[in-house]
Amino acid sequence: MTVTDAPKIVTSRLGYDDSHTLERYLATGGYEGLRKALSMTPEDVAKEVDAVSLLGRGGAGFPAGRKWSMLRKAPTSYLVVNGDESEPATFKDHLLIERDPHQLVEGVVIACYALQVTTAFIYIRGEFALGLERVTAAVNDAYGHGAIGRDIFGSGFSIDIVVHPGAGAYICGEETALLESLEGKRGFPRIKPPYFPAAIGLYGEPTVVNNVETLSNLPWVLSNGSAAFTALGEGRSTGTRLFALAGHVKNPGVYEVEMVKTTFRDLIYAPVLGGGIPGGRELKAFIPGGASAPWFGPDQVELPLGQDEVGAAGSMLGSGSVVVMDDSTCVVRAAWRITRFFWRESCGQCTPCREGSGWLEKILRRIEDGEGRESDLELLMDISDNLAPGVSWPPQQTTICVLGSSIPSSIASAIRMFRDEFLLHIKDGSCPQGPAPHG
Amino acid sequence: MTQSHLAPEVMARARDIVALYPHPRSALIPLCHLAQEQDGWLRPEAMAEIAELVGITPAEVLGTASFYDMLHTEEVGTYVVTLCTNIACMLRGAYELLHHAEESLGIRTGSTTADGVFTLEDAECLADCGRAPCLQVNHRFFGDVSPEGFDKIVDDLRAGRLADEVPHHGTLVRTERDGGLRVEAETITAERRATAAAMAERAATAAAASEAKANG
Amino acid sequence: MADPVITSHHAIAPHTEEGATVEMTIDGRAVVAGAGEFLIAAAERAGVFIPRFCYHPRLRSVGMCRMCLVEVSGPRGATLQPACYVAVAEGMEVVTTSDKVKKAQDGVLEMLLVNHPLDCPVCDKGGECPLQDQVLAYGPGESRFLEEKRHWAKPTPISELVLLDRERCIQCGRCVRFANEVAGEAQIDFLGRGDMVEVNVFEGQAFSSYFSGNTVQICPVGALTASPYRFTARPWDLDQVESTCTLCAFGCRAAVQSSANRITRLLGMDSDPVNQSWLCDKGRFASEAVNAENRLTEPLIRRNDILEPASWGEALELVARRLGELRTAKGASAIAVMGGARLSNEDAYAWAKLAKAVIGTDSVDAQMGDGLPAEVVVALPRATIDEACKARCLVVLAGDLREELPVLFLRVRSAAVDDAVPVVELAPQSGSVTGFATASVAYGPGEAAELVRALATGGAVPATVEPAQWSAAAEALHRAGTDGEGIVVILGRPSVAEDGALVADAAAAMAAAWPAARFLLALRRGNVMGAIDMGLAPGLLPGRVSLDDGRSFFEEQWGSVPAGRGRDAAGILEGLADGTMAAVVMVGADPLSDFPDGTLAGDGIAGADFVVAVDGFLSRSAARADVVLPASIVYERSGTTTNIEGRVSRLSQKLVAPGQCWPDWMIASELAARLGGDLGVESMTEIWDEIEKVATSHTGITRAVLESLSARDGIIAPLAASPVTLSRRLSPEPFDPMATPGIESVEAQGAPPRSGGAEPTSGEGAGHTAVSGHGHQAPRPRSLRWPQPVAAPPLPAPDSYSVRLVSGRRLYDDGVLVGATDALAALVAPATVRAHPHDLEKLGVGAGDPVRVRSARGDIVLDAAIDESLPRGVASIDFNLSADGAVGAAALLIDSREAVVDVRLETP
Ligand SMILES: Cc1cc2nc3c(=O)[nH]c(=O)nc-3n(C[C@H](O)[C@H](O)[C@H](O)COP(=O)(O)O)c2cc1C
Ligand code: SF4
Ligand code: FES
Repeated sequence: MTVTDAPKIVTSRLGYDDSHTLERYLATGGYEGLRKALSMTPEDVAKEVDAVSLLGRGGAGFPAGRKWSMLRKAPTSYLVVNGDESEPATFKDHLLIERDPHQLVEGVVIACYALQVTTAFIYIRGEFALGLERVTAAVNDAYGHGAIGRDIFGSGFSIDIVVHPGAGAYICGEETALLESLEGKRGFPRIKPPYFPAAIGLYGEPTVVNNVETLSNLPWVLSNGSAAFTALGEGRSTGTRLFALAGHVKNPGVYEVEMVKTTFRDLIYAPVLGGGIPGGRELKAFIPGGASAPWFGPDQVELPLGQDEVGAAGSMLGSGSVVVMDDSTCVVRAAWRITRFFWRESCGQCTPCREGSGWLEKILRRIEDGEGRESDLELLMDISDNLAPGVSWPPQQTTICVLGSSIPSSIASAIRMFRDEFLLHIKDGSCPQGPAPHG
Repeated sequence: MTQSHLAPEVMARARDIVALYPHPRSALIPLCHLAQEQDGWLRPEAMAEIAELVGITPAEVLGTASFYDMLHTEEVGTYVVTLCTNIACMLRGAYELLHHAEESLGIRTGSTTADGVFTLEDAECLADCGRAPCLQVNHRFFGDVSPEGFDKIVDDLRAGRLADEVPHHGTLVRTERDGGLRVEAETITAERRATAAAMAERAATAAAASEAKANG
Repeated sequence: MADPVITSHHAIAPHTEEGATVEMTIDGRAVVAGAGEFLIAAAERAGVFIPRFCYHPRLRSVGMCRMCLVEVSGPRGATLQPACYVAVAEGMEVVTTSDKVKKAQDGVLEMLLVNHPLDCPVCDKGGECPLQDQVLAYGPGESRFLEEKRHWAKPTPISELVLLDRERCIQCGRCVRFANEVAGEAQIDFLGRGDMVEVNVFEGQAFSSYFSGNTVQICPVGALTASPYRFTARPWDLDQVESTCTLCAFGCRAAVQSSANRITRLLGMDSDPVNQSWLCDKGRFASEAVNAENRLTEPLIRRNDILEPASWGEALELVARRLGELRTAKGASAIAVMGGARLSNEDAYAWAKLAKAVIGTDSVDAQMGDGLPAEVVVALPRATIDEACKARCLVVLAGDLREELPVLFLRVRSAAVDDAVPVVELAPQSGSVTGFATASVAYGPGEAAELVRALATGGAVPATVEPAQWSAAAEALHRAGTDGEGIVVILGRPSVAEDGALVADAAAAMAAAWPAARFLLALRRGNVMGAIDMGLAPGLLPGRVSLDDGRSFFEEQWGSVPAGRGRDAAGILEGLADGTMAAVVMVGADPLSDFPDGTLAGDGIAGADFVVAVDGFLSRSAARADVVLPASIVYERSGTTTNIEGRVSRLSQKLVAPGQCWPDWMIASELAARLGGDLGVESMTEIWDEIEKVATSHTGITRAVLESLSARDGIIAPLAASPVTLSRRLSPEPFDPMATPGIESVEAQGAPPRSGGAEPTSGEGAGHTAVSGHGHQAPRPRSLRWPQPVAAPPLPAPDSYSVRLVSGRRLYDDGVLVGATDALAALVAPATVRAHPHDLEKLGVGAGDPVRVRSARGDIVLDAAIDESLPRGVASIDFNLSADGAVGAAALLIDSREAVVDVRLETP
């Protein structure tokens, strides 16, 4: 087992109880990256970020530098920070928002400078009441410190930051739904074409949407230089990444580990990380990158935590959440619960997603309750095919956003990996793991 | 003339919030939170006033508000207890906890105790899976909650022992942004335009200079 | 105050050069499409129908239903793409029939049925339901959904007119988009999320739009139904014709449907230059009035002061005898004909010929004192609706468009909101246009002309006007060009409490300041433009010709014409009241309800020796007549009608008139015969032929032209005014599987009947020479040209105790048609007096308190309403609304001899 001693890039301050305060932030090198950035030209800052291959941490893994370079040139443009973190079992941004808000604020100002945008909005999931309070306080303090507002640190650069609360809707994590929500509307994802945010974003102006963790890397990158960042990881997956480890492990939590150099086995079993599965149970399956990701089995635990490596194996690192299921887990129930999530969170625009999600949920629940039929497996796959033609990876889409095409992932994985268990439910008319309560 | 439903100080805060955005409608969700802070839930009278504040119809306010789980268009209890039952919490006993909560509060999920103190909800992932099963009371987190732990939280809330941590329902952010926009978007746009023009001019001068050099 | 955010998830077609095309293939066939066009539209023109629910060509695409997925080639091979918002591109290969597409369509339909109830047998939409049809055409054979469907209370009323059945809703969002994008009244919206998304209103606030019926028409399922139509018919029992709505003068094309000789429903037809598939609720639902129980069905004669049934022979004989006697005794000029706006062009022509050639009177007026001088109407250089909507600056000096010409309001709103046409509103009170106007300039009653002159000459800002609005108006006008090229003025009567000549004076001022400006006449009454064109106005002869210019030609054609200019409606009523006139024939006219000066109207009718009413209903005026002749009304007759832009379009008969109702032209013809004359026409078609022959403005608009395919949306007279452009509704095949984007075609019926399918000759060169080849020799007289003299009365100085009255109109009024339609009658508001809060405070009254309004004419008590948009010193009372049994509140106060009406507000 190899847990590298890579530096902590985004979690360096979390050992302090007062990590969220300006005092602690300044005492630990805070706002130095911004000062450095302001001494450079915006183009050079953008180049520096492009050079580190900072893969987006929100789920799609698109390199931040490339994304920035696609921003349409216009007098008015925006940076919107995606702090809506609602992907099941993902809780890393939550940590950064509550525990190191200044790091986020500094990252935002650096990005604003590189992009020369007009205003930044930090959209934070409404349920993060404490996070909202802390980021608001950080913004207030940063104003006082001269790190936001007019003529930042005497550089002549000015920017305003508005902290915006969400109100409880997973879909608002999808970047165009987030923009709609920020405009005061329902979180209906926009159709693409033409609403690619870089071209037509917030209020119709070009907009960059970046994830909280993505931006939280920037102060370190600027302070330490791109070479220090690219020295970590391998290939396109450079630096470190936060992984939210949940489910059947001894130490669930968020871990910052070096990319590629660390494997799923390390993450789940290393004593300083997940600590293994409690109760001496065996690993049955794990979800490598959020509810939308296809599942992996014990065979894949040696895979390195690298974007391309996991992609090649048929799934994704996605939002950086790893859910471990031990051998006591009923996979029908697990698939049902994830499908239930998508059903409850579908925005309701697209017919296949709106109606298909509920239909799939009802079938899975019926199977779990022992009322399944053999034809149900075929039906599940066929409905899935209408959401993601071919039910392959990466999925094809019949819907406006990828929520719809993500729904089949867990169902198809569960059926593919544990067909017999489904059939057992159907044959026995009950769940082999015994009845478990559900809502 | 007619008295507004939102109290004067709430109205003043509402106007400040509207002023933060380039377009008033963007303030819609923050204003709904504000109205909930006053009333505990989103009353129709409040929605009608919000509509006026941001310049849309009441139907549009309702249309937006009803999309979001945290905005309650029906009355809820003083404490809204929200249990996560999503995969990570489920694997660690969330549904068992939910059933315990139903029995302990004597209500079904989705309803409010007769005394109007507790509303019980099951939620999608609350992003606190490291402490599964977890719950929120009025959007304040409680992690690693056992059935006994649940009962203690309920007792503490009833006894007022958690009054500092858990405000009444609707109070989302107790830290207010100090001041409105420090830098008007228009100022910045003008500034950016000037920067762009200056940069273009510099580039043009540089190009002319290098051309002159090449020629001469 | 609307939020100016334009962004939303709506599709916008990429900006492309006009006329640019791309080459692509659809199902292997080479197709040339307009660059930037959405795939679904390009395919449809190429004859490939891609199924859809949420797509509507008149609304912005949202791509929600996913029914329109087709395979589109791309860098990563063919993928399923939504045809409704993906734009065509050069070299694009599209497949609409592959297994993959079929699978996607099956899938979407099956999913739609997951929660859609199968209550088709009791659903209004059953039989014409796009969901039903597309399930049949593209869907899977059976559903595999075994579970319980979602349930909701059903149906719930969301307004007096519309019922909502949420279970049937398939979340296409057409209604929501219509309300928001087209009507600008976002009173319905999506609520909730996921499969609990529903369409609904805010509690306690009904969907109170004048356009709500359109949402019923475009709903692809039976989720929105109209309460008047609900359960009245099954679609397969319906029989329909294509016709024109004549409830106002805009001329919306409509499919008129009936069952068992009762009107069941009107659907808007997609006429590109006119209504673009929309109808207002009055036009849509007041059509029901033809079914009303209280229609006149037989002639009535007053005996012993009671109107008693009589035979046609008896009644006509009596009318002819009395008119003859009075003509002998007092001269032809003592006889008047009022009305005509309710008639078809053919009817109007017959009545004009009867009055002017047979009876010999020129005191004929189709306008009821609420219009504009007829010479001004026919002579002002005209603009079409399309031209108005593309103006560089659109000036609105008219009554509230949404109240008077509702679908014109939709067109103007779209021009302003979607196409950024600057709108300058000149009005004595704010109205529906104010919200999107670039500038809204308030003028005091009677002062429009003064204001226009100041605007044109850069004069000082009048005290009543906000300086910002003033400069915005001046700038918008200035930007349109110095001579006014690009300015279009929508000209009507902002208030019936000011003299129409004052508005005409303002128009004259505009025409003088901006000689290239053009005018769209916003006269609201049915076929008022056609009636004027046919000569139902004092001083005019058919073809927009003055009595003097046309004298020799019409003497040749008609035998004789009146010796001198007659009186207008006000003059007629005054003459009847003071005994200088003796008799009046009211042809679909109800001066007691419609003439602004109610006292004068009452005195006039009372003072007449003999009163004849030709009408479909026993209106208030008809009830006072000596003889009442029952006439057929809307949808019971054929012929043509003319809208505000001079567009002649066809009326089709759908119903047989009840009882012994006769068409108006026939009544005229019979009367002529009994008066010793002869109209010389035996049918509607013969009348049209004669109109084409004698009316200068209608030269070349032969029956063959009117009937041709390219004239389905009508033809603008004179022909030269607008070369015939082919409409999008060209397809001879009904091609409308969605039955919703606004019906595109129904079997066109009605007059003029088919007489060959000639295509129109080019509009050019149709000027003054006959193209119909009837071989008349005398040259046609020329139509009146601008300028025309306008005699504006002087304005009295305001006195400090009075406020000046403004009186506009409401769509839902006290008229017979609204009254005969239950659903609409319930929506008529009571009259109130609106004033600035300060003016009311001075009196010590608040909203809802009674106020006595007193003028020199009379007084009335009305509830006060606060209107901060009104200037101080102005009070507004809507015309044609009543309060507490006092019908026509404003009419009791107005004195039509005064330039403006000053009233005092008092506590009662
Ligand atoms: C259904 C859905 C939910 C998403 N939720 C989140 C989220 O909660 N947080 C997030 O940062 N990105 C989320 N994303 C990804 C965003 O759309 C977007 O790609 C991301 O915020 C870009 O930031 P990045 O490039 O820094 O990763 C979601 C995407 C989808 C389709
Ligand atoms: S796929 Fe689902 S969540 Fe995404 S836009 Fe469509 S309905 Fe909404
Ligand atoms: S998604 Fe294209 S028609 Fe509905």
